[in-house]
Amino acid sequence: MKSRYDVIVVGAGPGGSITAKTCAEAGLDVLLIEKRQEIGDPVRCAEGLGKEGLMRHIQPDSRWIAAEVKGSKILAPDGTEIKMSEEASSGKAGYNLDRKVFDRALAQKAAMAGSEVMVKTRATGLLRKNGRISGINAMYMGETHEIRADIVIGADGVESKVGRWGGIDTCLKPSDINTCTQFLVSNIDAGEYNKFFMGEKYAPGGYLWLFPKGEHTANVGLGIIGSKCGNVRPITLLHKFIETYLPQGKIIEMVVGGVPVSGPIERTVADNLILVGDAARQSDPLTGGGIINAMDAGKIAGEVCIRAKEEGDYSVKTLKEYEDRWRATIGKELSKSLMVKNLLIKITDEQLNQLAHSLSGIDTSKMALPKVLPILFKKNPKLLWELRSLFM
Amino acid sequence: MSVNVNRYKCGYCGACVGVCPAGALELVETWIEVNDTCTSCGICAKICPVGALAVIK
Repeated sequence: MKSRYDVIVVGAGPGGSITAKTCAEAGLDVLLIEKRQEIGDPVRCAEGLGKEGLMRHIQPDSRWIAAEVKGSKILAPDGTEIKMSEEASSGKAGYNLDRKVFDRALAQKAAMAGSEVMVKTRATGLLRKNGRISGINAMYMGETHEIRADIVIGADGVESKVGRWGGIDTCLKPSDINTCTQFLVSNIDAGEYNKFFMGEKYAPGGYLWLFPKGEHTANVGLGIIGSKCGNVRPITLLHKFIETYLPQGKIIEMVVGGVPVSGPIERTVADNLILVGDAARQSDPLTGGGIINAMDAGKIAGEVCIRAKEEGDYSVKTLKEYEDRWRATIGKELSKSLMVKNLLIKITDEQLNQLAHSLSGIDTSKMALPKVLPILFKKNPKLLWELRSLFM
Repeated sequence: MSVNVNRYKCGYCGACVGVCPAGALELVETWIEVNDTCTSCGICAKICPVGALAVIK
């Protein structure tokens, strides 16, 4: 470890590693730190993602792909099934990853591009010089170190502290977080589709998922909106589901976590500071998906760091380009998802069934959600009226 | 004022850290640290996926 870098990236998840890799490839001096002693573990993710988004960043590799799926099946509370997102050409629409291997592979790419990597190294605060952020305080093996940098990247996940230290309010309200439990369940027929079980009976203000992971296993988990948590907990609901619907299932791993579902927050840059991924609350409020968004944002953040270095200016004036670019792309999608999420939270199981029935006779199997939503709106204008600005 | 973390239950996911309005919590490896800025507001205990936190009044 040196005492000074161009960029310090806090957190070696997908967002942090892509940021580090992008910067290092351009010759910037980069330090990527991870507070855990193992990158990628413990997992806090359902591990599903779309093929296209992934391939913007990395070529698929069998070492970290646990299973390929044909598409998605959405299940209404009464069992009505809606098939979606099948890919016509390849027959495979998405991957379910092995995040432990995937995250490590991305960090490895950052390392091979020239980043320094330190594990078991936790940021404990920000350094300041003349009132401006000038690096981090870090702890490694119980010893504290001052490490300086022109830019600090906060890619430190749902529990992000970097933003708060830098004066950005990233605190999530209970209604801004989905609180989740997942089991890796063995001894089941997981099928060839990612399944989403909708409704209060499974997961109040969220959904329950079953994502195949190959060899008779699947990630079976659920998330409920934090505001409805307390009297009922995700872990209790999940045990109940497995006892009822997968009684032969054997649990071979447990995963817990919180997913930001706030939608875009007010600010993700400050002088000498950029937030990326879950730390910037860039996960999708409707699906909870965050890997691709974090990688896309990481790429933008890296490119903006390169430009800042060229110009020798690390203030918001230069870093604002990151803010503008991610809001124009990822941010727009997040805002749409947030509207749908806010409506879904209020909808009853009966109304969900009604929505599912309204699609009967329509082949949605090749459509993704953005294509299905307008059809749902057309068929159920009254129920979905508050989404009208998305379609009209 | 503080919260008690049942470390035998805690899945060290950090969800509680993300919702703490006071910034009083920190996830370190496999445990949660609570500092003295905790106001016992109880939001962390409410949202914990496994119910590992309890407010000490």
